[in-house]
Amino acid sequence: MSSSRRLLEGSTAIAESMVSAGCRFFAGYPMTPFTEVLESMARALPPVGGVCMNAESELEAVGMAWGAAATGTRAATGSVGQGLSLMQESLSEICFARLPLVVLNMARGQGDYYQATRGGGHGDYRHLVLAPADLPEAVRLAQLAFHLADRWRNPVLFLGDYYLAHVQEAVDTGPIDFGPSPAKEWALDGSTSGTGRAKLVSPIVPTKRDDPHPVDYGQHLGAMAEHVATMADQVEPMAETGYLEGAELVVVAYGTPARYLRSAVAGLRQEGLPVGFVRPITLWPFPTEVVAQATAHARAVAVFELNTGQMFDDVRLAVLGRCPVTFIGGLSFDASGFGIAPDLDVAVVSERVRRALDEARRASA
Amino acid sequence: MTIPTDRPPSIPARLVDDFTPPLILPGEHFLCPGCGEPAAMRSVVEIIDELGLTARALAVFGIGCYTAFSGALDVEVLQALHGRAPSLATGVKRAKPDTIVFTVQGDGDMVNEGLQEVLHTAARGEAVTCILLNNGVFGETGGHMTATTVLGQRTKNTLEGRQAAAHGYPILIADLVARVEGSAYVARGATNTAGNVARTRRMLAAAFELQAAGAGFTFVEILTMCPTGWFIETEEAPAYLTDNLAAVHTLGVLKDVRQSAPADPAPSA
Amino acid sequence: MSAERVLTRGTVVIDTEACKGCDLCIDACRPGVLAMTTVERNSRGYHYPELRAGCTACQACSQICPDFVFQVWKFETPVELEVDAAEVHR
Repeated sequence: MSSSRRLLEGSTAIAESMVSAGCRFFAGYPMTPFTEVLESMARALPPVGGVCMNAESELEAVGMAWGAAATGTRAATGSVGQGLSLMQESLSEICFARLPLVVLNMARGQGDYYQATRGGGHGDYRHLVLAPADLPEAVRLAQLAFHLADRWRNPVLFLGDYYLAHVQEAVDTGPIDFGPSPAKEWALDGSTSGTGRAKLVSPIVPTKRDDPHPVDYGQHLGAMAEHVATMADQVEPMAETGYLEGAELVVVAYGTPARYLRSAVAGLRQEGLPVGFVRPITLWPFPTEVVAQATAHARAVAVFELNTGQMFDDVRLAVLGRCPVTFIGGLSFDASGFGIAPDLDVAVVSERVRRALDEARRASA
Repeated sequence: MTIPTDRPPSIPARLVDDFTPPLILPGEHFLCPGCGEPAAMRSVVEIIDELGLTARALAVFGIGCYTAFSGALDVEVLQALHGRAPSLATGVKRAKPDTIVFTVQGDGDMVNEGLQEVLHTAARGEAVTCILLNNGVFGETGGHMTATTVLGQRTKNTLEGRQAAAHGYPILIADLVARVEGSAYVARGATNTAGNVARTRRMLAAAFELQAAGAGFTFVEILTMCPTGWFIETEEAPAYLTDNLAAVHTLGVLKDVRQSAPADPAPSA
Repeated sequence: MSAERVLTRGTVVIDTEACKGCDLCIDACRPGVLAMTTVERNSRGYHYPELRAGCTACQACSQICPDFVFQVWKFETPVELEVDAAEVHR
């Protein structure tokens, strides 16, 4: 591991960063644009005594990661949105089993926001969701993900995309110290078998029959609900804001498209147009307060995302009717279907922001 | 003259088998009268204990009636989803190679939902032991056909008996696993007679010994009675198993890498 | 009826309340010294096994019983116990 910056492709940088964070188990199935992360982990893990499994399907991948995580090993898996769809039953149950796990979605476009933030599986659970916009941030969040997963005993979803996987930037993938992690007293390794206190890791009933403090299924679900509420309350939401002073229109975007929005807003400000932006970084917990305060004095809010409107819901919840919220995003794919978006073009984004500002002024005149 | 059986003997004697083995926590499991699964669970944990592997043992449970034991064993347990135990077992073993990992799965779990999981795990030669409790039905959900239900067997969705034209053929999973290169030991036992229980214990011992020696994937299928799912009286179940299940899923050792020639199948009692 | 004496190598303790009347032990018992009650039932309504002379402490019953009903004891020295000729199951 180097402690200085090197020009690296995203997949390689993210993989190296995960290994720096102590990840020692990875399982995955090839799918564009996740495949190179799997390749990079296959290269990076064996030299440090880690294991990278070429799983036979996404179901095996998440299952293997589940098993490794249950032993207290820092474990990760990943795929693309479609592959994560296959994993949903397991991801729900891993949340109910209160296990740490890092899950990467190197998404095609931004259509997986609902899947990430609402969870595509059954039951009342949530993943923590981190959405980097560029590689230096991705490298940091990939390591933070393991720290948060251990701290909260909950899966953390790292939401990337094709650009993050394949763009090259100069990054330092050395270990980042986020502070101590709690001891994993629940971790399995066979050693408590036969002691009268053999451990159990289960999403259904977390205690054995002779436990002095037995927890039944209903109580377990109740505890899960409290756990989710605690995370919603105590996990620090992260967001980047810019050009908010005097902003009449505030635009919200996340991930790679937010880089284009940032450039567009900077350019429009140079023309004297009062626009600003908010870039959520944690998508769950969503930075509701940040969005609310950033938009408190705006005439209107607009949401730019490459889908038919998903984060749009969370922005409207944050704004809570104080001013109109419009959707200026949309589907944008090239022929590959991998999420390369023709609309990721500063001129295109600027034009939509400009129109949204005009409409905002007309509406509130 | 009946012998008093409400207290231990008053003449010198030693206890050779207790009510529950040390690794099964006392208490009700709430499984049906005549269920073959508790005897299978007992055999598994007793063999692990006899081989001195307890302090390394970790069970990965599937979902079925036998899941009742996941909270009733003094063995570390990782609870998996229906069909998924082999991949969880893989993750555990790869992360902690010194553990002795075994799965406990029913036929609906392993052969329906999880067919690819067990075959891939065998092909990889994972040093885990998959244990199949095969009663030819989905017991917990009320007695429906699984991929191992034999032709002619009556279940809730094969009321006239399973017919090949309408319902296809049973999958003989142990035979498939035995043909996969990574499997080191594959055997089929049963818990319907005392003799079969004794033979099954020897199969389990071989499987766990081979896991401990790092020889590859080991697999023990245990045919178990399910009089409830077979819609018969409990006293008919042992014969039903012999006549119907064991006639198709034949008992014996199918593969043993320690022997150069294929092992002879043991007679089914 | 004349009384036979049968060599008995062990005995069992039977948790009659745990029994769910499945009869597996009856056929499993190698010396055939278990028989289900025909009148008495436990508090759950099941018949349960009773023991005659001739137990060999082979553990077939304890190994096959789904309800963990049996505790098996092996005598240090086998004894001869009386049994009615009509009751010998051979």
